[in-house]
Amino acid sequence: MGVGIAVEQLNAFYGKTQALFDINITVLANHATALIGPSGCGKSTFIRCLNRMHETVPEARVEGKVSIGDLSVYNGTSATELRRRVGMVFQKPNPFPTMSIYDNVAAGLRLNGFRNRKKLDEIVQRSLHSAALWDEVKDHLHKKSGASLSGGQQQRLCIARALAVQPEVLLMDEPCSALDPISTGKIEELIFQLKEQYTIVIVTHNMQQAARVAEFTGFFLLGKMIEFDKTEKIFTNPSDKRTEDYVTGRFG
Amino acid sequence: MNSTSTAAPIPQITMPPVSWRRRVTDHVMTGVSVLTVLLVLLPLIAIFGYLVFKGIGSINIAFLTQTPKPVGEPGGGMANAIAGSMVILGIASLLGVPLGIGAGIFLSEYGRNRYGDVVRFVSDVLNGVPSIVIGIVAYGLVVMRQKHFSALAGGVALAIMMIPTIARTTEQMLLLVPQAIREAAYGLGVSRWRTTLSITLRTATSGVITGVMLAFARVAGETAPLLFTAFGNQFWNWKADQPTAALSLQIFTYAISPFDEWHRQAWAGALVLIVLIVGAVAAVRIAVRHGTLAGA
Repeated sequence: MGVGIAVEQLNAFYGKTQALFDINITVLANHATALIGPSGCGKSTFIRCLNRMHETVPEARVEGKVSIGDLSVYNGTSATELRRRVGMVFQKPNPFPTMSIYDNVAAGLRLNGFRNRKKLDEIVQRSLHSAALWDEVKDHLHKKSGASLSGGQQQRLCIARALAVQPEVLLMDEPCSALDPISTGKIEELIFQLKEQYTIVIVTHNMQQAARVAEFTGFFLLGKMIEFDKTEKIFTNPSDKRTEDYVTGRFG
Repeated sequence: MNSTSTAAPIPQITMPPVSWRRRVTDHVMTGVSVLTVLLVLLPLIAIFGYLVFKGIGSINIAFLTQTPKPVGEPGGGMANAIAGSMVILGIASLLGVPLGIGAGIFLSEYGRNRYGDVVRFVSDVLNGVPSIVIGIVAYGLVVMRQKHFSALAGGVALAIMMIPTIARTTEQMLLLVPQAIREAAYGLGVSRWRTTLSITLRTATSGVITGVMLAFARVAGETAPLLFTAFGNQFWNWKADQPTAALSLQIFTYAISPFDEWHRQAWAGALVLIVLIVGAVAAVRIAVRHGTLAGA
């Protein structure tokens, strides 16, 4: 089951440059929340603060409070333990190039010490089913490398890989930006199904996509969260002028 | 949104046809690059051809199975030197490969700072230290302590020579692995050291192996660092703490001797050495390719 996310007074920095200013947000469990905004506004930085990926960048740091379910993200929880519960799908598909399709999906469990072969087979199959990739790859799970798949398939492979460790939250950083409309459609359908079991936060540049998949939408501008509300409200009757300008295409 | 009405008209450009000069330059440069490849290959082919020509006649069962005969007696072989070379190179690889790869991992994953710069500089300097000096170091480190020459001392000398090459190539190969691959592993809750070993190093395997093979091939023919470490031996020896024969030493001894029979055997030894090196490199390459997936 998914868990909720609460963010209080979050500030993020790259060296001396501040990228995020006083972000406050509550994400409901088992819902999809979309983050929109122009390039460089801090959406990706924000999502990377949720699983402490931000701090892997040299000189990057974070201030503020984030809790995911009962976990306090920046207080006493190890980054690895946190990331086992908060999966991530990146903008560009990044399968492990030297691993087979099977090994890619199994990687998260195996590298964390999971060794039960039978269970692993089961989980790999179920994850690939959930990511709508099983039928396309079932005949060469072990023979083909993850990198030999098409872009859309690779991205679904990365989703399967993230699902295999059974996270409670799934962070998606523009998962469809490198994909054609058919693959995008498949992944959007997927998000719809995944909501039942996971809490999803998705960064997207595509406002129609936000409107299609998410119940809640947050609008970012210059490192600040301008508005956060029900998706319908953001797109039809936003409270802030800047949100309205952005969603109607007047700037950005 | 309605960009058609406001867009400036597209300026018309006519590209000039490809000139004859450009076409000639294309052909000339292609020719030059083919020529340089031939120039690079020529010495290798010449050396190998001459070695086969001079050495093949002296290679026979006795040469590959017997120890050297005393001066004046015909026959005998370099079997003990072939085995000794393998032992010494085995010891060198056991010491040098893990240390070199470890240093490379440090430089790439943890050494993006002043301390890393120092290690990089020292490693590059070590790469330029004459091999005879490295031999003296191994003499001081191992031979002086053990009070006698040994295969171990030879292995240590060669390992010291392998480390900087392996460290720097490993570093470069790991740096080529995109950050996104590491992030993918972090995102699954995999710890940093696990990611480095199981993901980053594994992704860079073929490049790292190339570096290891370069270092191996380079030290396999070294003579100077073995002169007062492994020392050489006219008889069989399987103990790592005893003076041990090596092909390169045997070739050196035979080549500067005044005897025709020994000269012929030196040629044969050189041929065997080069075949062993090529064979080892090829075997590793094939083994690596065998384990690679389609599309990887």
